[in-house]
Amino acid sequence: MTHTLTRVRTTINGEAVEFLCEPRQSLLECLRDILGLTGTKEGCNDGNCGACTVIMDGRIVNSCLVLGVEVEGREIITIEGIAQGGRLHPLQRAFLEDMAVQCGFCTPGFIVAVKSLLDQDANPSEEQIRQWLANNLCRCTGYDKIIHAIRQAAAEMQEVKV
Amino acid sequence: MKWFDYAVPQSLAETTHLLSTHPRARPLAGGTDLLVQLRSGAKVTGLVVDVKYVPELNDLSYAPTRGLTLGAAVPCCRIRSDQAVRQAYPALGEVASLLGGTQIQNRASIGGNLCNAAPSADSAPLLIVLRATCRLAGPVGTREIPVEDFCTGPGQSALQSGELLVSFHLPPPPSHFGACYLRFTPRNEMDIAVAGAGAGVELENGTFRSARIALSAVAPTPLFVREAGNWLAGKPANAESINTAAEIAKAAAKPITDMRGTAEYRRHLCAVLTRRALEAAVRRAKEARA
Repeated sequence: MTHTLTRVRTTINGEAVEFLCEPRQSLLECLRDILGLTGTKEGCNDGNCGACTVIMDGRIVNSCLVLGVEVEGREIITIEGIAQGGRLHPLQRAFLEDMAVQCGFCTPGFIVAVKSLLDQDANPSEEQIRQWLANNLCRCTGYDKIIHAIRQAAAEMQEVKV
Repeated sequence: MKWFDYAVPQSLAETTHLLSTHPRARPLAGGTDLLVQLRSGAKVTGLVVDVKYVPELNDLSYAPTRGLTLGAAVPCCRIRSDQAVRQAYPALGEVASLLGGTQIQNRASIGGNLCNAAPSADSAPLLIVLRATCRLAGPVGTREIPVEDFCTGPGQSALQSGELLVSFHLPPPPSHFGACYLRFTPRNEMDIAVAGAGAGVELENGTFRSARIALSAVAPTPLFVREAGNWLAGKPANAESINTAAEIAKAAAKPITDMRGTAEYRRHLCAVLTRRALEAAVRRAKEARA
């Protein structure tokens, strides 16, 4: 049997992208190894840690549990698409200023996941934030600084709107 | 992962043809179990058949006279936010919010949860107490089976070679009906049940008109404890009846000891969770509209 690559046409961070991949390659592998978008991290590679979180058609998914061939015609947003026009997103700034980053490996997954939450609900409670992030693990911070940074960013984003 | 081919059929006929002509083909819905198992080598395949574009597997529709049709590939995020589900089957919306975390719920389906056939499948006890039936399609046609007959062993189901789970049908809830599924996990989210219990009850003038109880993670398959529900029928809806039914459920459990808990602990949990699930179901049945 000949193993032919599959052509995938998709939108990543607002740009039309076309790439070739093997059907067995995960979206995570396609992003990192084919497209050079290494901001999305590989942690557990089985859907537990959330380090590989991306937004697919407006919903967060573990990119290790999506096949690259499945994103044909879909819209993907990765951590590289969160800052706009060279300016950090308020979440990114808050993570830096509130020291919500220690080793930083989980950070892209957290920021992408929470960006999606704040897009739906501008003012989530602490409980809602913690529930939303059940699929994102951080082994350094103990989570409190992450939650604090998210609440700071949410408050700042609301002020800007008013 | 080892090499496999990938197909995206657009119709049920095309899907069953692919599954029946490729003996090791595997259907893919949300992939939250399948891709993990292919990566670890627990499952092998030569062809992954993406069933998300088959209309029958994406159906989520409710009519008060007909009940609910739930396509096997409908992701949990759609189930938990569906208005009809929230009103007519609130416990189903809760279970869709219980599987994994946000990322998993955005991909995982109830159909996949059942086809994975884990004894701990959280959706199974609830589907059993809601009297769900499964519609299966294969090369020689379709058939319907009660959901309690679907799982036949750990990772094993009633699906025959080339056959596919298409959808669930849930009858409309009767008046004064309530249901609830509860599980015990060390961590509230993203965890596998040590034990779980589902209860569905129909009340009439302060007595149980009918009741169904099912357990998870305490037998090789999700366990329908028919005798506990049968015993409740006609009994007053009080603590004494509920406690007796919980003891019957406990006696029916056949748990094992593993890293999540001992058999003895699981049996104890069966009684506690059954009692609490029954109490919650009774509360809901009393609040339900006639």
